[in-house]
Amino acid sequence: MKYALKRILTLLVTMLLVSFLTYAAFEVISGDPAEAILGTEATPERLAALRHEMGLDRPFLTRYIGWLTGFFSGNLGISYRYHQPVWELIGPKLEITLCMCLVSFIIIAVISVPLAIWSYRFVGGPFDWIRTAFNQLCMAVPPFFTGILISWLFGIVLRLFVPGDFPDLHTDFGAALGHLFFAAICLCIPRTAMTVRMMRSTVIGEMQKAYVRTAISRGNDRRAVLNRHVLKNSLTSAVTFLGQTMAELIGGSVVVEQVFGIPGLGRLLVASISTRDYPVVQTVVVILAFWVVLAGTVADLVNQRIDPRLRLGGDA
Amino acid sequence: MKKKLNAYLLAGLIITGLLLLMTLIGAFHTPYDPNAMDSLAKFQHPGGSHIFGTDNFGRDIFSRVLKGSGTTLAIALATVAIGAVFGTLIGALTGYFGGIVDDTLMRLNDALTAFPSILLALLVISLVGPGKYNVVLALGLVFIPSFARVTRTAFAGLRDVNYITSARLMGASNLRILAVHMLPNTMRVLLPAITIGFNNAVLAEASMSFLGIGVTPPDASLGYMLSEAQSMFARAPWYALCTGGVIAALVFGAGLIGEGLQKMDREVA
Amino acid sequence: MLEIRDLHVKFHNRDREAVAGISLTIDDGEIVGLVGESGSGKSVTAMSIAGLLPRKQCDLSGDILLDGEDLLHAPRSALRQIHGRRIGVVFQEPMSAMDPLMRVGEQVGEVLRIHTGLTPAQRKKKVLEVLSAVELADPEGVYNKYPHELSGGMLQRAMIAAAIVIQPSLLLLDEPTTALDVTIQAQILELLKKLNAEKGISMLFISHNLNVVRKLCKRVAVMQRGLLVESGDTKDVFFHPQHPYTRRLIEAIPTRHGKETV
Repeated sequence: MKYALKRILTLLVTMLLVSFLTYAAFEVISGDPAEAILGTEATPERLAALRHEMGLDRPFLTRYIGWLTGFFSGNLGISYRYHQPVWELIGPKLEITLCMCLVSFIIIAVISVPLAIWSYRFVGGPFDWIRTAFNQLCMAVPPFFTGILISWLFGIVLRLFVPGDFPDLHTDFGAALGHLFFAAICLCIPRTAMTVRMMRSTVIGEMQKAYVRTAISRGNDRRAVLNRHVLKNSLTSAVTFLGQTMAELIGGSVVVEQVFGIPGLGRLLVASISTRDYPVVQTVVVILAFWVVLAGTVADLVNQRIDPRLRLGGDA
Repeated sequence: MKKKLNAYLLAGLIITGLLLLMTLIGAFHTPYDPNAMDSLAKFQHPGGSHIFGTDNFGRDIFSRVLKGSGTTLAIALATVAIGAVFGTLIGALTGYFGGIVDDTLMRLNDALTAFPSILLALLVISLVGPGKYNVVLALGLVFIPSFARVTRTAFAGLRDVNYITSARLMGASNLRILAVHMLPNTMRVLLPAITIGFNNAVLAEASMSFLGIGVTPPDASLGYMLSEAQSMFARAPWYALCTGGVIAALVFGAGLIGEGLQKMDREVA
Repeated sequence: MLEIRDLHVKFHNRDREAVAGISLTIDDGEIVGLVGESGSGKSVTAMSIAGLLPRKQCDLSGDILLDGEDLLHAPRSALRQIHGRRIGVVFQEPMSAMDPLMRVGEQVGEVLRIHTGLTPAQRKKKVLEVLSAVELADPEGVYNKYPHELSGGMLQRAMIAAAIVIQPSLLLLDEPTTALDVTIQAQILELLKKLNAEKGISMLFISHNLNVVRKLCKRVAVMQRGLLVESGDTKDVFFHPQHPYTRRLIEAIPTRHGKETV
């Protein structure tokens, strides 16, 4: 249990660090928020008044702490563009994006491990090159391209969903999930191919190890060697990779949301970046960063369950 | 120890070579002016005088794809060049000298690589604004850490190898050791990293331009064209198919080269 | 009980035969030593007895008979009945030869799981018995440990336990003491002697270290470049070596006053 606590402590410290760095970076990037709100023609008096009202005349550290407590209590200021509290703006979109990433993640996790084991059978065989080429092809097709094809085929031709018309997540969860499912497929094709490729080469590497020879010498057949020994030993690197996949999915979701007209965090981010709506951008970045760090921590904790060697002290 | 050209490498080189050749020709000569509109030739099917067809303005898609892949390729190559040069520099210095600078830089690196690269690139763009040079700057900056990490490991691994130690004993300067003795030996990790970086750059640029915060008109990259194509997919599916196909082919070719390089490396080892 | 007749092994990616026609017999309850430098083909010989050679990557000819039953050309499915059950193998480095993610007790009992219909409780009882038979203190504790939690010597005892838990008729020992330090080496040799005396298990002991072989084996065979250059009673070979290669090997043994060289 000690290692888990330690890891969670590291997570909290990292989150603190990330949020501080982001806050500091945006402090430098965004310039004067009062000016951004009032425009360049505002009188100095009005600017000063607004600055005082927004608390901008307080020291940096005080403002950071104020912002951080605001982050957890839901008070993150007002969007420049939408003139709406940032949390209210982000909340529903965050739900949608997280849903999509989770659906995609589950698909990847569920199919890539068996696929990797299955593809191991072709190693050294005459058809291995077909598998390799197909794998590379899956990694090469950009999600927004498959997105265009899929939304045309399933949306326009087969009418399984209406591209651009996203159902409400709360009132019509089933339909929303269906819509997200097609987007998730586009997201997970290249990433599944990468996971399979990585996992397959891990399995190949593990098969060379001495313990495999021992297992064979005891009378295990090939399947038992794979299932009872090699699979578990290959799993830790797959878990780490899947943890990073979580981060990549967030990145990919930005584009896929655009293609499918899903009103998620990614679209909000893109819109806010082009309008320089910094309070929104800043919050989204911190949320995504937390999400990434959290995924990494969960991967580490899972790995420690799998591999007892990782439980020995040290910073994991 | 013979380095044999394998099928993946060969296929990858052929695909990439053909695309490069086409793009290169396209930089000097295209069948039509990529931006010339022709109201008489809207939505022409592929074939005949327009091999990839035309779009809603009657522009020749083949010419546009040639120009677009030129932009995309130029951005990707420039990005990879920035990432590889600065990344290798940082990797070499930190890997070779080690110490506190190494530790802190690598921690920072770990933190940065945890972020989706497109997110970081978007942030840089939000600072400097869109446009092709800014995209190169943004992606180049974003790609430095991953190159630095890969090369650092290679340089650090070589630091205490016998022939490096003996070169040092013979009085070779650090610079000479790094450039003459170590750099060539890091190629086996650097080359695959370059192919992967190239792929990521193509995809990232295409994504950004697709979102409208990358390359801006009148420049057109493949990603930007794909976003145009999506709106007219029902009337001119060939536009999206040709553009997306070229992106996929670029990445596929480079991916095969990477696969081939790794296979070659495994067989030599 | 084990008879090797004119065994040839050639790997496809090598020009020279790894084993170039050797014949060797092991009688019931006998410990035979097989010595030679690395690359002499001794390990390949053991691997071909254990059926661990990649058949697609090498050419095999000759016969290996275990109680008259062919091992070299038998189908894989038949061999799996022999592996573990009638032939146990102990490898050089226990740390890498054990699955790092499986508890030691489970690995020791794996042979029982594969080859017997014992219930988990019965298996555990047998494993605990065999763990104390290889003189491991606290068998119950060892049972629940992971390999990285044990020392090299303890792990090698556990490996031996895993190989003999089902009472095989032949034990192949491929440099089992090479990775261990000298005192542990001596203890393991004592243990092997005891197991041989008490349970009557025949052993093929492979080593590059003649000194170790002299302590354990009654009969010894010397290999060089894939060929058997000399074999016979250990004492005879030691005191009256016929082949120059054997003489060189014996001269290389450190004397009491000399320094140990590997």
